[in-house]
Amino acid sequence: MKDTVEPMTSTPLDELIVCPQCDAVYHLKRPRVGERAQCQRCHKVLIAPRRNAGLRIIAVALAVLVLIIGAAVFPFLSIDAAGTQNAVSVLDAALAFSGGPMIFLSLATAGLIIIAPLLRACLTLYVLVPVVLDRDPAPHAMQAFRLSEALRPWSMAEIFAIGCAVALVKVADLAHVGFGPAFWMFGILVVLVIAQDSFMCKWSVWNSLENPRTSSAPRT
Amino acid sequence: MVCMELTGKPQNVVSAKDLNLVACTRCAKVWPVSASTCGRCGHKLVSRDSQSLSRVWALWVIGFMCYIPANIFPMLKTRTLFQEENSTIIGGAVELAHYGNFGIAAIIIFASVFIPLGKFWAVAYLAISIKAGSRISMNRRQMMYEVVEYIGRWSMIDIFVVAIMSALVQLKTLASINPGPASIFFALSVIFTMLSAQAFDSRLIWDAQVKDGGPGRDE
Repeated sequence: MKDTVEPMTSTPLDELIVCPQCDAVYHLKRPRVGERAQCQRCHKVLIAPRRNAGLRIIAVALAVLVLIIGAAVFPFLSIDAAGTQNAVSVLDAALAFSGGPMIFLSLATAGLIIIAPLLRACLTLYVLVPVVLDRDPAPHAMQAFRLSEALRPWSMAEIFAIGCAVALVKVADLAHVGFGPAFWMFGILVVLVIAQDSFMCKWSVWNSLENPRTSSAPRT
Repeated sequence: MVCMELTGKPQNVVSAKDLNLVACTRCAKVWPVSASTCGRCGHKLVSRDSQSLSRVWALWVIGFMCYIPANIFPMLKTRTLFQEENSTIIGGAVELAHYGNFGIAAIIIFASVFIPLGKFWAVAYLAISIKAGSRISMNRRQMMYEVVEYIGRWSMIDIFVVAIMSALVQLKTLASINPGPASIFFALSVIFTMLSAQAFDSRLIWDAQVKDGGPGRDE
């Protein structure tokens, strides 16, 4: 679908696409919905539009937003040993490292499991809602989307969920452990976070932010 | 899903650098090589990051230096009615295996020993191969880099386990678990190795192909 470019080219820059991973240049040809355009050298997927992806991502981001707030506030695990009880929320777990230099760790943990996923969900909504509604992009939408992409590796909600499972097994010998509502919220959250990343075609988002009304359908 | 294999042979691939173009690493927009910031998303543009390797090595060294105390100091301080116990990362996993939790012990060992060490090795190998060349094909090295980027975050799992346990097990006099000093070093080590991997400019892997004037020795 795309072709490699002759060394002495005079093609307008808008009709070229460069693989961000290996720097190969191709003539741009947009794949149809459901198809994928891949870099032929390093096989990175360059464009992969999905039907109604914008709406789906917005729905998922909204759900993530609600779930993170819920999961952070409600107790998610409780422990019971010989009459003494303790229940913790995700926020408590994040702030477990208190006192002295450990405070750094508390801040980092809170940032990685609550703030980064929360911020990403908010930024995604901010960027995509106007695009899907066929309006002009929100002010600074491109910077917002860039920040959201930069945050991607630092949003670690799913890793925290696996950490829960490990901690449960370790503590189970010591005391009886019960699940609070937030535990299940966090479980659903993990699935949603992964779904959110797989729907998103970055090229299409950038393209529709740049040319808001020319792209016929919001195919983010 | 239709997968579009592209026409032409790999040796026809021209890199943006050769066309005097530069692509934004965040949003992939193409600009002439003279542009310094991306006009679309505002990200800084560099055709090839000449500082990339030195930043990779600097962050790598910091990460490695943090990894050593992370394994020496105790990760968890467990206090029960009669005794107080400090366990290191490996000690804690050995203890779990001792009680029969082999699966969990394996996850801990894998996430906090094999992944970090593998990552140190892989990043160092990639950085060296840019300068010295490599017998491993470019596609393999690219894959290696992607795996390192994807899997590196999972080392954080041990920190989260410590966080959950020390928040949860606070049963006044009966038992309590508190984080040890190793946790802070371990977290720093994971963060710095993630930064080190991000600093690596993967386009450098592919430049050798252009330099050789073809697919080269490793296709």
